[in-house]
Amino acid sequence: MDEQDERRTADLQLLAALRAGDEAVFNALVEQLYSSMVRIAMIYTSSQAVAEDVVQETWIAVLRGLDRFEGRSSLKTWIFTILTNRAKTRAQREARYVPLELPDENESEPAVESERFTATHHWRVDAMPGNWEGVPEDRLLSGETQRLILEAIDALPPNQREVIRLRDIEDFTSADVCNILNISETNQRVLLHRARSKVRRALESYLSQ
Amino acid sequence: MSDETLSCQELVELVTEYLEETLPPDARARFEQHLSKCRGCHQYVEQMRVTIRLTGMLTEDALDSRARDTLLDAFRRWKQE
Repeated sequence: MDEQDERRTADLQLLAALRAGDEAVFNALVEQLYSSMVRIAMIYTSSQAVAEDVVQETWIAVLRGLDRFEGRSSLKTWIFTILTNRAKTRAQREARYVPLELPDENESEPAVESERFTATHHWRVDAMPGNWEGVPEDRLLSGETQRLILEAIDALPPNQREVIRLRDIEDFTSADVCNILNISETNQRVLLHRARSKVRRALESYLSQ
Repeated sequence: MSDETLSCQELVELVTEYLEETLPPDARARFEQHLSKCRGCHQYVEQMRVTIRLTGMLTEDALDSRARDTLLDAFRRWKQE
């Protein structure tokens, strides 16, 4: 059985439990997705209270739509697609909708400061990336490091923040993210690249202290 | 800079495509060839992998009980519909 079959089987079990009214299964699913749903909704609504409201509405829409769910995407992707649509509608109604800004290919946003390279575009000897293998795992996994990464993500422009959250925290595939956000593969990748590059930079300056 | 070789500054901009496995075969070969000979770029790619791994381990905030109760109520109402 490949990964996709496994996911489909897991989704079918989940669906059957939800349709049968299993509260424990519903609670576990809400627990797993709620916080990231609020964060994603906030990108559009820019207010915590409105975002939470949108998430509540989304769950009700999900329950009402369960019988219509056809399993063409994963259950999780389907839930997040409903969420982003609702968040956009809500933000439009409140006249604060800012469309997800697509990356400008002409606008250069280098992954690494150009000062770190020589005139022939190779690493300057004194500015080469360090070896992180020597960093103790305890330090990498510390609460302080986690906070630093979260801060770096929060400081990103909304479009980059949304893509890195979905890809690297929520573990969606690139195809899923394109569906949820309605953007092309290329745009998705450019946004992810810019986001990851900035988080790496933040980590690098922190770990070299 | 010739077409056959990649500079370090070019390589860092291709890291995501490399990790996503979306580089065309010839570009991928050039990328890997550069990596095998350049300590700086090798370490850069490793740093990127660590960054992705650590981001994936972030935990989301716990759900507050009020939100949980509201949703559970909604679930119970839906069951009765």
